[in-house]
Amino acid sequence: MSLAQHLPALQVVVPLLAAPLTVLLRRGSLAFGVALAASWFALAAAIALWLQVGEGGTISYAIGSWPPPWGIEYRVDSLSAFVLVLVAGIAAVVLPYSRASIEDEVPPQQHYLYYTMFLLCLAGLLGITITGDAFNVFVFLEISSLATYVLIALGRDRRALMAAYQYLIMGTIGATFIVVGVGLLYLMTGTLNLADMGRRIGSVQGTRPVLAALAFLTVGISLKLALFPLHQWLPNAYTFAPSAVSAFLAATATKVAVYVLLRFYFSVFGQSQVFGQLPMQEAMLLLALAGMFVASTIAIFQADLKRLFAYSSVGQIGYIILGLSFDSVHGLTATVVHLFNHGVTKGAIFMLLGGVALVMGGTSLARIQGLGQRMPLTSFGIVLCGLSLIGVPGTVGFVSKWYLILAALERGQWWLVFLIVLSSLLAAAYVWRFVEAAYFREPRKDTGDAVAVPWSMALPAGLLVAATVWFGLDTSFTVGSAAQAAALLVGGPR
Amino acid sequence: MTPTGTALTLGGHFTYFITIFLMIGGLFILIARGNLIKKLVGLGIFQTSVYLLYIAPGKLVGGTAPILSDAFTVYSNPLPHVLILTAIVVGVATLALGLALVVRIREAYDSIEEDEILGLDAGPVRHEEAR
Repeated sequence: MSLAQHLPALQVVVPLLAAPLTVLLRRGSLAFGVALAASWFALAAAIALWLQVGEGGTISYAIGSWPPPWGIEYRVDSLSAFVLVLVAGIAAVVLPYSRASIEDEVPPQQHYLYYTMFLLCLAGLLGITITGDAFNVFVFLEISSLATYVLIALGRDRRALMAAYQYLIMGTIGATFIVVGVGLLYLMTGTLNLADMGRRIGSVQGTRPVLAALAFLTVGISLKLALFPLHQWLPNAYTFAPSAVSAFLAATATKVAVYVLLRFYFSVFGQSQVFGQLPMQEAMLLLALAGMFVASTIAIFQADLKRLFAYSSVGQIGYIILGLSFDSVHGLTATVVHLFNHGVTKGAIFMLLGGVALVMGGTSLARIQGLGQRMPLTSFGIVLCGLSLIGVPGTVGFVSKWYLILAALERGQWWLVFLIVLSSLLAAAYVWRFVEAAYFREPRKDTGDAVAVPWSMALPAGLLVAATVWFGLDTSFTVGSAAQAAALLVGGPR
Repeated sequence: MTPTGTALTLGGHFTYFITIFLMIGGLFILIARGNLIKKLVGLGIFQTSVYLLYIAPGKLVGGTAPILSDAFTVYSNPLPHVLILTAIVVGVATLALGLALVVRIREAYDSIEEDEILGLDAGPVRHEEAR
């Protein structure tokens, strides 16, 4: 019983403490064992918390028994539990995958450091999600970000260094904007606890510092979640990072940033303030649409698959923000469900591309010609996930788009339905680029000798591809949780 | 508003003016300079401005540390100091990592000018050529 009571703290503390342990162990395989145990524990804890929240409602955990709002509170509600399951789940799948993957892409003497950084990044992301304290969000954000910069810099290409540097600059500006916003809110409300802030903000509603805080937080978080046009750091970071890192980041990092945005918008400021007093709705709608169209169009013209799908990520974030801008239960359901669905889909794609890089020696479209013959299962998996990005029924992408379209119809915005479908055609165009190269071109003679993708990579990737289809057919877990979370958010400040 | 009133407001807002000046200055360096080290300096100045934003409002003129005693009635808020201590640590870590990356970039490119570096790289992802 006592262990179950402390699950919210253990959720973060176990990966956080396992990280220095991997440094002390130094040996790659020992570090791998520790990291694997920690990440699987994190998944088990996340699922347990999700079940607890489902039965008993929101869990509040006072760190060090200092009661909130004075102490730091860890708070698990239906939204954060859902995001915890996503983050911990992806980590638990990517970690076994990464062993063989980094063998190929990272020098052996750095292997244990990879696991250290991976665990720190995981701890940071879980911490952001679970904490109920505004300043704590910033601290965990920086823990995960600093680890992310190092992970990206591990990439073999020297451009990985520049990508990490640029992300460091952009990410730190974003994080500093978030601190400014939190500071202004603290000045006005005198509290750092998010729930308490949400209650107290009513008396200072609409004052200039609060509106300035809203602006700072919006820009800062948008940088972290790569909302168009603040996405400049993302394509290079995803392209040049090691494959396992791309898979983990694409599936979790931006999604957690979306969670932070939802948290501040709906649990702290309250929707009446965000959408009532400022034209945030129009601004978000416009940026989301711009992201959907511009980024997807850029994706069509990429020569490298990793970069192509990185731009596709920017476009897909557009859908997530589009749902948010509707400011309705259906819209938020679409946002939360697409958060999960896109995370699973992109995680699967980047993991499969890691296998492609291993066998073919690269992921450029020229190099993967004839992939359908060389690696039939992998190509099939990428096509399946591509269908999910387009939104074909039977895949998770369809579920998200369905709720987006429902939300648009609810507001009577027919033209938006048209735009959503039109942007899906752009997705079809960039997925077709892959299909054309993989199935309608002869294999190149000079590419690699027949190395097989090791099981430790194929199995986790296959698992995520299966999830892409499974959650497209059985939506009770994803849509059920998302609808619950959306209802909670629209319920306003707690 | 009387002249003294204006002066008081200006005096009262003094720290905010400094904060904004540092913030804009830091961001400007960050955007205007192509040298990777200078960019990190700009980033440092930008982050420092936030320390001031937090700490200045926590201080009351004549206030003491919050010690329970009849002798003191006016207290300064210690919490912002603690928060900024954390933020300083984060800032130092970020700067250290940034500088470490610049060292590696210099080793790989033999330059720390952003436009030179970006000009050096064009073409496919390099691990293909390595094979």
